Amino acid sequence: MEDQLIFTYIIDGDDFTRAGEASSSVKNKLKMLGVSSEAIRKTAIAMYEGEINMVIHANGGTITVTISDTDITMVLADQGPGIPDIDKAMQEGFSTAREEVRSLGFGAGMGLPNMKRFTDEMEIDTVVGQGTTITMKVNL
Amino acid sequence: MKLQTVLELPECKVLVKGNPDREISKVFCCDLLSIAMGKAPADSVWVTVMGNKNTLAVATLADVACIVLAEGISLDDGTLAKAEEEGVCILATELPVFDIALVIYEASGA
Repeated sequence: MEDQLIFTYIIDGDDFTRAGEASSSVKNKLKMLGVSSEAIRKTAIAMYEGEINMVIHANGGTITVTISDTDITMVLADQGPGIPDIDKAMQEGFSTAREEVRSLGFGAGMGLPNMKRFTDEMEIDTVVGQGTTITMKVNL
Repeated sequence: MKLQTVLELPECKVLVKGNPDREISKVFCCDLLSIAMGKAPADSVWVTVMGNKNTLAVATLADVACIVLAEGISLDDGTLAKAEEEGVCILATELPVFDIALVIYEASGA
């Protein structure tokens, strides 16, 4: 069986300024493991976008990152409101973020499209009123 | 061009030095963090008026070499200390975004 490293992070839903700490931690770990800088950049950007989304929309959640010989898999699970229309949410520029979030420079409707662009696989599993689980994979 | 060239520009005040030997790829201008996240090139100098903790988080995760805060914008001490830790260079200038970007571009000799 191949070796795997698994890291789990609890994302705090209240503190917008701390969003990014989990992604930074993963980035540093991947650096120490000697992962290529391109794969690190892709993982860091996709995970940070996901982290921000969880704080903005879902009052936090958990992120599990699994690193194997062949890929990095991120599973982002929240118990937020769910995504009623995934096609719409995937459109660049479509956003339901609050004004306060926009004034910080986010909420431009780039989060999910960026997550897709920077990963090799992405799957969204969402139930309105129950939550969303997004699985993203970056190949090594 | 190395970061050192940008650090020496009289138009900029150095808030955090970063790594002067780092090779710079491009000059990038954007104030929307959502867009910068996906578009800022690795090892770039990023000129912006968006000065908050998240600016540094985006720069760190997108591998930006240097943030240039235009129009007299600054960052709080906590964020500057964090930038020091992350090795991200932070400069500040009174110039508008385009003007300082042009100065840096011309200094690069591109």
